[in-house]
Amino acid sequence: MGPFQRLGHAALGVLERLGRGHLFLFRTLLAMGTLVRRPGLLVRELYSVGVLSLLIIAVSGLFVGMVLGYQGYITLVDFGAAEALGTVVALSLVRELGPVVTALLFAGRAGSALTAEIGLMKATEQLSSMEMMAVDPYKRVIAPRFLAGVISLPLLAAIFSAVGVAGGYFIGVGVLGVDAGAYWSQMQASVDFREDVMSGVIKSLVFGVVAAWIAVFEGYDATPTSEGVSRATTRTVVHTALAILALDFILTGLMFGDI
Amino acid sequence: MGPSGTGKTTLLRLIGGQLRPDHGQVLVEGQDVHRLSRRELYRLRRRMGMLFQSGALLTDLNVFDNVAFPIRENTRLPEPLVRNLVLMKLEAVGLRGAVSLMPSELSGGMARRVALARAIALDPMLMMYDEPFTGLDPITMGVIVSLIRRLNDALEMTSIVVSHDVAEAGSIADWVYLISEGRVMDAGPPQQLRREASDWSRQFLEGLPDGPVPFHYPAPDYLDDLMGGDTR
Ligand SMILES: Nc1ncnc2c1ncn2[C@@H]1O[C@H](COP(=O)(O)OP(=O)(O)O)[C@@H](O)[C@H]1O
Ligand SMILES: [Mg+2]
Repeated sequence: MGPFQRLGHAALGVLERLGRGHLFLFRTLLAMGTLVRRPGLLVRELYSVGVLSLLIIAVSGLFVGMVLGYQGYITLVDFGAAEALGTVVALSLVRELGPVVTALLFAGRAGSALTAEIGLMKATEQLSSMEMMAVDPYKRVIAPRFLAGVISLPLLAAIFSAVGVAGGYFIGVGVLGVDAGAYWSQMQASVDFREDVMSGVIKSLVFGVVAAWIAVFEGYDATPTSEGVSRATTRTVVHTALAILALDFILTGLMFGDI
Repeated sequence: MGPSGTGKTTLLRLIGGQLRPDHGQVLVEGQDVHRLSRRELYRLRRRMGMLFQSGALLTDLNVFDNVAFPIRENTRLPEPLVRNLVLMKLEAVGLRGAVSLMPSELSGGMARRVALARAIALDPMLMMYDEPFTGLDPITMGVIVSLIRRLNDALEMTSIVVSHDVAEAGSIADWVYLISEGRVMDAGPPQQLRREASDWSRQFLEGLPDGPVPFHYPAPDYLDDLMGGDTR
């Protein structure tokens, strides 16, 4: 094969995968109805996808908030505006770091686990055997895991931001001596619910869909061997990270235009 | 029966509607499997059971829940009835005592028997077995061989057993098809097949290393190769 043929071959491969990914998403959405009748399936996945990610999200949020407390203070104190620390910490977290860092951590903690689990179920013929038992894996396996990811990520992002604000408070007020009242009141006065909080929520919803979609698709599409599953798991983390960062840029640009 | 890689598993997957043929059709009870709607296909699959080579038990459920899985998913039977059904199926394969074990705690033979109990949970009319004898010790193998025949007769099923274990498959089969390279090479009752088989079938049935199927994978001339014709 010449270089052009190889390029064309690779491009076709990418397009084909994209197509399969969209068909997969479509079938997953069609299978979602089952979850209304059997919420128990969703609850179990919410636990393993969401609840088990709580600790890493809370700890990371705390550290990021504390770092923001230091860095914000250094910049602000030069302008004599150290009281605005609460605003800086909250805005950075709610608008940007909460959704993005949560999504990146989510890809590493929950996304990779979802891919590996589904990929191994495929490799050990559990998915095939379900089909032969007249049980649709999209309904029984894929849809609950996908929806659990979509629901969990925004909630985890909110927790990340909340813990981060507390971390910033701990450093700013507790260590650096910013006035406690000023920290909260400035934050309350300048963080706007519609513009700031909603933009963060929209971002984390979009990230939730993308991260969960990539994770379950990579698992379902994995080559059914141990090597295939390991490669799919890596791809989940890499592709999710790239997709999140690119989408963050696009979404920020779009929402920036409105302001 | 047929050598590895000739499409035996593929054939079973075609019958179960998991693969789509490029051409030709598969009829099960007169229905063309690949013309059915999803809903009809799933209804048909409720009457088919398949035992996978690996057993394919759901690793996050214990033995009881694995056998109960198809019953719970496909019917709305009350739980006491499900329990009775599961215990009956497990009793049939001799593993009623193992209800609370996890799949990781089972030996290969036990896992296959649990998978067998699960496959017959909905009383199928057609059972498919993919190489049920491979990788088993002689005792377990004997158990599985007789189980397949006894279940077939007791539940009045049709059983398709894919295998390359000539003696075991021959001992319980009513009819044998020998397939190779996607074609039926020979067919008939096992005794008749042994008497009047073609050269190829004789090689397969008697396990001769050389014959119509050559011992050597196609290769360039031996002498040329040794003299270093072209190096790879
Ligand atoms: N009729 C066929 N058409 C296309 N591919 C086939 C056919 N039969 C077998 N194969 C391919 O050959 C490989 C081995 O087939 P398989 O069914 O696993 O063999 P067996 O179970 O007899 O060892 C599979 O990858 C399958 O895709
Ligand atoms: Mg096979």
